[in-house]
Amino acid sequence: MAPPRGAAAPAERELLSAGDVARTIARMAHQVIEKTALDGPTGGAGGTDGGTGTPLPPVLLGIPTRGTPLARRLATRIEEFSGVAVPAGALDVTLYRDDLRRKPTRPLEETDVPAGGIDDRVVILVDDVLFSGRTVRSALDALSDHGRPRAVQLAALVDRGHRDLPIRADYVGKNVPTSRTEEVSVLLAETDDRDAVLIRGQ
Amino acid sequence: MRHLLTTDGLGRDEATAVLETADELKRTLLGREVRKLPTLRGRTVVTMFYENSTRTRVSFELAGKWMSADVVNVSAGGSSVGKGESLRDTTLTLSAAGADCVIVRHPASGAPHRLSGWLTDTRTSVVNAGDGMHEHPTQALLDAATLRERLGGIEGRRIAIVGDVLHSRVARSNVHLLATLGAEVVLVAPPTLLPYGVEQWPVTTAFDLDSQLPGVDAVMMLRVQAERMQGGFFPSAREYSIAYGLNEKRLAMLPEHAVVLHPGPMLRGMEIASPVADSPRAAITDQVSNGVHVRMAVLYHLLAGEEL
Repeated sequence: MAPPRGAAAPAERELLSAGDVARTIARMAHQVIEKTALDGPTGGAGGTDGGTGTPLPPVLLGIPTRGTPLARRLATRIEEFSGVAVPAGALDVTLYRDDLRRKPTRPLEETDVPAGGIDDRVVILVDDVLFSGRTVRSALDALSDHGRPRAVQLAALVDRGHRDLPIRADYVGKNVPTSRTEEVSVLLAETDDRDAVLIRGQ
Repeated sequence: MRHLLTTDGLGRDEATAVLETADELKRTLLGREVRKLPTLRGRTVVTMFYENSTRTRVSFELAGKWMSADVVNVSAGGSSVGKGESLRDTTLTLSAAGADCVIVRHPASGAPHRLSGWLTDTRTSVVNAGDGMHEHPTQALLDAATLRERLGGIEGRRIAIVGDVLHSRVARSNVHLLATLGAEVVLVAPPTLLPYGVEQWPVTTAFDLDSQLPGVDAVMMLRVQAERMQGGFFPSAREYSIAYGLNEKRLAMLPEHAVVLHPGPMLRGMEIASPVADSPRAAITDQVSNGVHVRMAVLYHLLAGEEL
């Protein structure tokens, strides 16, 4: 998010460099593989195919804007490390937000649920920054309208604390203690031309 | 956006935002078992129809319901209008009863505009669902959504609007919106069915349909509105149909990619031949299904954001 025009540029600090972002995503990919047993003898606990009983890999759903490319990158890494192709998509939560009437009309973002659907699968929601938890709450509501996952997990590149709701992430790239007035922004090459995590404010 | 009364003056950015919202809504609802979004929970939408309608009323009602708004339908026949209540009093009553949005269809051109004037002290939005021979903005938006889908875009495309332009609010709304979105519009009609002052519209006009067909990306056929015609606008229905009806021979004259639109209700055999209406080139059922998504998008832009 750009700093307000005309305001004196507040102190800005880089929390993660481009190299750190890449390493963090790689580490999260390993954690997903371990936790969902993708490299195990059964090839994954992401749900089973009802017809054949074959285990299915989890489905990664990114929350736009930046969760979407993050989910794709995570899926690429997971396939690289485990050899299992993991479907990745996007889940827009705008229509499920609880603060729609407090802001000007928001444009909708892309929703793209992979062809196999999410019924009886493990779904991993992917977002850039975990803050109040309200976006994740909206995502859980949105998800239940798309199907009935076997389980839902959450991955966030940055957890900055200050939860308003009882929500926690299963995979965290970096825990960052912040004050509420600070602003954490994740930049990704796909949307911002470079990878970095910045913190700004008092 | 506070009201949606016309497409005349609707900005390109605003129109595009509504169309993009409609696209995303369509995509997100595709293949779902539960076609219900919580977005407008607790908002009340009243449809107020002083003229007959099937698709528009149903479409607005579904749009509201799919977004969890409470939808109440008022028809002129079953309401206090029959006891002689004025349009103004009916409007203020509905607003006082808690309507966040009034969707109005009225035989008098300009009625929705008047309504919006009476509601300046309230937060109630007004949507024009067709007023007399003036405008029908959501129809133009759903036509634009269908053209975008079928042609991949609107900018630079050539669209023929054919038939009873004079009595058509659909034509007026489409002319403004298509011009705003960068299309080239040609109106094709007998001279008696072209409105006075059409030379000031952002269009060209033609009397001969056959010469226009090979050069267009889409044809929009208009219904011949006999209920609004007193006197002879053309010698006979048969003669009109021969000169301006879209039959199979004319369908073959269109470029391969061109699509056929009709706002409905269709008069098969009059302005459009039955095999043409049912051909895969016709996007008429797409128009209806896009209508629901476009109207959801309109309600979203009017009601979901912060109050202005």
